[in-house]
Amino acid sequence: MPTNPLTWMIFLPLLGAAVILCLPRDNHSLVKWTALAFTIPALLLAIAIYQGFDRTTAQMQYVTKIPWIPSFNIEYFVGIDGLSVTMVLLTALIAPICVLASWEIDKAPKAYFALFLVLIAAMMGVFCALDFFLFFVFWEVMLLPMYFLIGIWGGPRREYAAIKFFLYTMVGSVLMLIAMLALYFHNDPHTFDLLKLAEARSTYSSTFQSLAWLALFVGFAIKIPAFPFHTWLPDAHVEAPTAISVILAGVLLKMGTYGILRVNFPILPEGTLRYAFWLLAALGTWNIVYGALCAMAQKDLKKLIAYSSISHMGYVMFGMASLTAEGIDGAVLQMFNHGTVTAMLFLLVGVIYDRAHHRNIDGFGGLASIMPVYTAWVALAFFAAMGLPGLSAFISEVLVLLGGWRNYPGLTAVAASAVVLTAGYMLWAMQRVYLGKPNEKYLSLPDINLREIATLVPLGIIVIVLGVYPHAILDLIDTSLQHLNGTVLAAGKAAGAVASAASGVAAH
Amino acid sequence: MGAAMAAPTHLGNLSSLGWLLPEILLGLAVVAIFLLDLVVEEKERLGDVALGVMAIAIVLITRLLWAGDRSLFENSVVVDGFGLYFKLLVGLAAFGAIWMSLGSREVRRTNQGEYWGILLASALGMMFMGSATNLLMAYLSLEFVSLTSYVLAGYKQGSRRAGEASLKYLIYGGVASGAMIYGMSWIYGLAGSLDFHAIHDALAGSPSGASLALFVALLLTLAGLGYKVAAFPFHAWAPDVYEGAPIPISGFLAVGSKAAGFALLIRFFFTALAHDGGAGAYQLVGGVSWDQLMLALSVLTMTFGNLAALNQQSNLKRLLAYSSIAHAGYVLMGLVVLTTDGLRAMLFYLAVYYVMNLGAFLVVMLVANSTGREDLDGFRGLAWRGGAWPAAAMAVFLFSLTGLPPLAGFVGKFYLFAAVVERKMYFLALAGVVNSVLSLFYYAKVVRTMFLEQPTGGEGAVTVDVHNGILLGVLVAATLVLGVAWSPLMDFADRSARFFLG
Repeated sequence: MPTNPLTWMIFLPLLGAAVILCLPRDNHSLVKWTALAFTIPALLLAIAIYQGFDRTTAQMQYVTKIPWIPSFNIEYFVGIDGLSVTMVLLTALIAPICVLASWEIDKAPKAYFALFLVLIAAMMGVFCALDFFLFFVFWEVMLLPMYFLIGIWGGPRREYAAIKFFLYTMVGSVLMLIAMLALYFHNDPHTFDLLKLAEARSTYSSTFQSLAWLALFVGFAIKIPAFPFHTWLPDAHVEAPTAISVILAGVLLKMGTYGILRVNFPILPEGTLRYAFWLLAALGTWNIVYGALCAMAQKDLKKLIAYSSISHMGYVMFGMASLTAEGIDGAVLQMFNHGTVTAMLFLLVGVIYDRAHHRNIDGFGGLASIMPVYTAWVALAFFAAMGLPGLSAFISEVLVLLGGWRNYPGLTAVAASAVVLTAGYMLWAMQRVYLGKPNEKYLSLPDINLREIATLVPLGIIVIVLGVYPHAILDLIDTSLQHLNGTVLAAGKAAGAVASAASGVAAH
Repeated sequence: MGAAMAAPTHLGNLSSLGWLLPEILLGLAVVAIFLLDLVVEEKERLGDVALGVMAIAIVLITRLLWAGDRSLFENSVVVDGFGLYFKLLVGLAAFGAIWMSLGSREVRRTNQGEYWGILLASALGMMFMGSATNLLMAYLSLEFVSLTSYVLAGYKQGSRRAGEASLKYLIYGGVASGAMIYGMSWIYGLAGSLDFHAIHDALAGSPSGASLALFVALLLTLAGLGYKVAAFPFHAWAPDVYEGAPIPISGFLAVGSKAAGFALLIRFFFTALAHDGGAGAYQLVGGVSWDQLMLALSVLTMTFGNLAALNQQSNLKRLLAYSSIAHAGYVLMGLVVLTTDGLRAMLFYLAVYYVMNLGAFLVVMLVANSTGREDLDGFRGLAWRGGAWPAAAMAVFLFSLTGLPPLAGFVGKFYLFAAVVERKMYFLALAGVVNSVLSLFYYAKVVRTMFLEQPTGGEGAVTVDVHNGILLGVLVAATLVLGVAWSPLMDFADRSARFFLG
């Protein structure tokens, strides 16, 4: 029996998928309870990992290393550090919530939950893998269940959205494949071990760093999604069923920024310094502003939130680009916070869509007096997304901006002003949907039910707790991230790249 | 067999016979089936015989794996790791095709005994293609395969398409083999021998003054070989033939004939026109950069195949034909790099290609068996009208053909790309991956039709009988297992990626 909790967290959902496929076809509730039963253990393990995680070291923890394909030096190599532990926690938390949010699925639930569990396993695998090949396999495995989940259980334009998502991601991943192989053959003995690849960072030539960095970046940027690769996201979100939107925004987008921090930063630090300004900071800022402006123009509530995700992921890019202690901590904290907040937002949109069967912002009005409990939750989530002080996202955005200010004061000013835009579209949407005169059509809508509240409660607690006590996560991530930041800056000094970084990416 | 270490490795005519038991068995079986055809009423029993014979032949081939390398019939054919690998592959392809034929409604309807004999004969020819080391032997085996294939392609009686397929195949084949034998005569003129090793030695020893002549000769020879593997621009027969032939035969041509073509192509180019220069890298001889020729051929083939498949809206067999052209392009990447790594990647890829592509043809046959349809519309909503398992299997095969993990096709492509990146041929790698993305369009279109679209009611139910279900299960399992635990097959391919040079 494997003793590493990570292995269990990856393969238990896969086992669950196999079990679900063997269940009788028409017993829907058995299928749902089984799915839940296979996601709860991972959550418990995640809590244990949170307790047991050594916060004082940047070393990998919970490591397992088994040869997989010895002749090509491919290993089953998993482990987590401060960077990945947050993502593992997030995935483990979101998974059971999404099962609950999918409770009303009655179209082929067996297939739905089996695919869902495969998706969870693949995402968990991406965050735990320390072998590039293994990472790539999990990264790609995630595509297939997502394609079917959007394509079969999605909205009216689901076929288009599903294939668009598929193609965009695949374009990115094939470039990643080439970069991965180039890194593999560059090292002698050839290896896919991400840690060994990082140790050899000084042996990669300048041109090699640039090209490999760009190839990897495109793969990850599509996932974030960074402008101009973002257009799949609104389509996918609008068509996906609620729980899948939650997974998509809550966890999947983080794979992009996670990949940059896990692969580009430690392995190709020179490339990172070279492109930090234009491709991370400037593009991140543009993401923030562009996403916010697009969100403001939306008529569909779900699309609004989808664009707000693009905007909020911009903060992550901006934070990591700053290459400062605050900025990089803020970026990873923002990844976690965005995961919880945006999950709440999509769950809440799902609640209203299930009742009214549309999400047209102008089609409601005055829901606050019809569904008061629901509206209270909406208020919490909207204020959190706006970055209201006292709620989680405020801390991470402030950290990102603080870090950014040291190196990119101009961009920071732009990014900070965009907070006004965020408040603008959030409050405006809130006003149109929830305030004002109640719409006659919806007077009889039932308020949020217990199951729906159950999905929101854990997220709400986290949003509030992290708003006042961010150290619950910051302590977890800080050591690893400062170490990571240090290696990038040190490599920059060594290569003398500091001077050439025209933007003044600081190592002073 | 089981000869002692001191036994001679170059055998004369009589002593060679013991090393050819699988082929001899097949040859006798062909004759036996033709004779039995006169007395047996129920022709399907002959299919059972063919299946059994093929199984025994595969076992006999397997036994030779441990017997050491030999050159037979005064250096006409060899028994070596490379040849045995392809004999096994061809044998398995024929076994699969016979199994499919036994479960195929269109084959059953023809009720012809000689079908099974010709199928075995075709497999016999393919086995010789994999082991020929002499231009004459190579030409004879290739022609033998072609002639049997013409007959098999036209087997649907009373079908105009089948007749057209057979005729087109014949005409293209005639031109291609004419060009090839002309090219071979030039090579003979340049090297003074038909033997691959003698050609190599002659070219290596001569000044490269005749390189233009050699270049022309190679181009002409490539016409014949490219035709067999369906590489651009010698591919034009494939869509019509695949469409017109009975589905098991389309599958057999796509996996068996292609593998045999590659076997001959690889052996000829790697032993007659190059040699192992040490450290797993091959050196060219004769002053012709045929690797550049292969590079162009590879990129053009995969790009053409994929673009043509994109435009292919209706017939699934045509779609798979264009896809098989594209896959010939991927395999050729392994030739361009001129390394042992590229060589074993090709061997590995052809094996996984066999599994996933035969599987795709099998699902097409299952749908055709139940509904008589081979067009995309016949697949609409397949998952929602009782065909969930064949639809899921088809999705596995198609995504494997696309090259997505954790399926066998990904591993195959991974090794090909790895061989290319190892030689720092980033342009070729980029062409390969861009083509993989292109191919997703049309493979996903089939998946979309099966899963994302709802049946309109007129498609008819699809059922899977036990006989076909067994093969389907085996192929799906192989596609999945080879996607996560491919070490044994890779080790076997690695061991087989060497030629017996005597």
